[in-house]
Amino acid sequence: MSALELLTWARGPGLALALAAGLFGIVLRVFEIQALGRKGDLATARTITPGSGWRTILSRSLPPPGMFQRAPLTYAGGYVFHVGLAIAVFGFAPHIELIRGLFGVRWPGLPNLFVDAATVATIAAMLAVLAGRLMDPVKRLLSGFGDWLAWTLTFVPLLTGYAAFHHMSENYTLLLALHILSVELLLAFLPFTKLFHVVGLFMARWYNGDIAAKKGVAA
Amino acid sequence: MTATFERGINSFKEVLDAPIASFFASCVHCGLCAESCLFYTETGDPQYTPVHKLEPLRRTWFQEYTLLGKLAKAAGLSKSVTDAELAAWEPLVYDSCTMCGRCSMVCPVGNDLTYAIRKMREGMAAAGHAPEGLVTATTRAIVAGSPAGVKWVTVQAQIKHMEKQFGIEIPVNQAHVDYLVLMSSWEILNYPEYLGAVSRIFKQAGATWTLSEHAYEATNSGIQIGVSDLARELVGRIVKAAEDLEVKCVISPECGHAYTAIRWEGPNLMGRSFGFEVKHILEVIDELHASGRIKLKGTLDKPQTYHDPCQISRRGGVYEQPRKLLKEIAPQFREMKDTGTMNWCCGGGGGVGANERAEPLKLISFKRKKAQIEELGVDTLVTACANCRVTIEEALEHYHMDVEMLGLTELVADHLEENPS
Repeated sequence: MSALELLTWARGPGLALALAAGLFGIVLRVFEIQALGRKGDLATARTITPGSGWRTILSRSLPPPGMFQRAPLTYAGGYVFHVGLAIAVFGFAPHIELIRGLFGVRWPGLPNLFVDAATVATIAAMLAVLAGRLMDPVKRLLSGFGDWLAWTLTFVPLLTGYAAFHHMSENYTLLLALHILSVELLLAFLPFTKLFHVVGLFMARWYNGDIAAKKGVAA
Repeated sequence: MTATFERGINSFKEVLDAPIASFFASCVHCGLCAESCLFYTETGDPQYTPVHKLEPLRRTWFQEYTLLGKLAKAAGLSKSVTDAELAAWEPLVYDSCTMCGRCSMVCPVGNDLTYAIRKMREGMAAAGHAPEGLVTATTRAIVAGSPAGVKWVTVQAQIKHMEKQFGIEIPVNQAHVDYLVLMSSWEILNYPEYLGAVSRIFKQAGATWTLSEHAYEATNSGIQIGVSDLARELVGRIVKAAEDLEVKCVISPECGHAYTAIRWEGPNLMGRSFGFEVKHILEVIDELHASGRIKLKGTLDKPQTYHDPCQISRRGGVYEQPRKLLKEIAPQFREMKDTGTMNWCCGGGGGVGANERAEPLKLISFKRKKAQIEELGVDTLVTACANCRVTIEEALEHYHMDVEMLGLTELVADHLEENPS
């Protein structure tokens, strides 16, 4: 298979397969969670409460008082990575064009220089959090195959995208094909790794906020 | 029923619900929960990372309730939970967790890990992996009516003592009154002044109240050890007494887990709502003060701070009331840096105080509170939980700290206006 054939497959059947697998996986995982159900709470909830599930969905994006100082690398690395990734994925004009082609929605792209800088920052943040995971005893204890897989699945699309954008290989077609294929792997595996948190955290935060809110606490 | 490994695993399967599944499915292994847990911050030992304490429950969920987990188990890629593993986890689930809930406030994906620990203890106890101290306390609570073995005659002796000291009759088994007052073992044994304080406050407020010889103990070891059947039995005694006496409100004493047991878990354990209200004593005092039924005078003229009991503040929502009351009587009140719903635990809640094996770790974990007290430079610490009070008083003694502990209810009673107009 030539690079062009690979690119053609990645843009066509490969993308469709990846989207289907990702969507199926997300639906399955959400079903697995919700099928377990939740017992109703018979305790009388407080009528006046500063909290709610919806509030916690938003508020938990910020570190609670004092926590940033306790874990600056985790928080700073996390913010740079997540914001940078969002800029690279949703701010780059060719990505927007692809999304428009698939779903019919579009928005203005960001300047290439800005997206490029964000990508570099994201790659640097990923390397920093990887080093943190390797060195920090707590993170090492919690880490398993899934953690390294999730990191790799996220890192490779960034790296190949950056390399393709800068034409780091004479075979641009192959680089682009590898970039798209790596994104497709990410999409297909997302529901079955800890990357599922992009969906799961909305449920987790809501439950947490709801449990606390009934007691009059903003969690 | 005999505790067995199979019962434990079955219990794990039963307690797993959508919230816990969403927590496990969302964890990114960032380790931030460790930074919020005083057992980790004061020891630096990664095994005390809160989400790690849940590992056997997580694996049970993964293998039983996810397609990927079932496949991994069948392929031999995910090993089953063993009895030896549960035994190894016992100190993590009981000795190094007070169910204080601080990790639940910090987790960036929103996991309420405390909620999951409470459920996991059901399986640990069912498998026979609960600490001896807690098992003994729970047995005493069921057989003798109190985890500390306190009998009604002991309460009667304290009633007489308080009536003599304050000259106020303490009503017993009175029907159709406003309040049924409960006490914790520590209050009966160590701080009977609490009872005297309640009698003084209610006398000025003109409130009708009673103790019940059938339900005087609010401490619920069943909640702490994680056996809902026993917790239900203990709550049921209070519910029966409250309904027999037809009281309007049951007052949880200055005890954190007692409040959780009767206020938040009680109706769910009993499977029905109550026909009476349940309030913490601070809520009642604050209401009486706000409505002008009690008036305060005089001030505590020394620097002091308030230790938020976790179950009353973070897990109970009673954090404004103590501050409103202290504002009236303690002008030199100073807040700790991490306070209110982000307070640090005393280290003795969630059954840790009843677990002799956890004693050394409890004292190490107290270093967090010690640092908070020293940072403020206060010599008086007010709180509203008898268990926190005992834990802190013992630790203050251990660390040779010259700090006075006060119960807020007593403090309020000591500042009642004698002849309010």
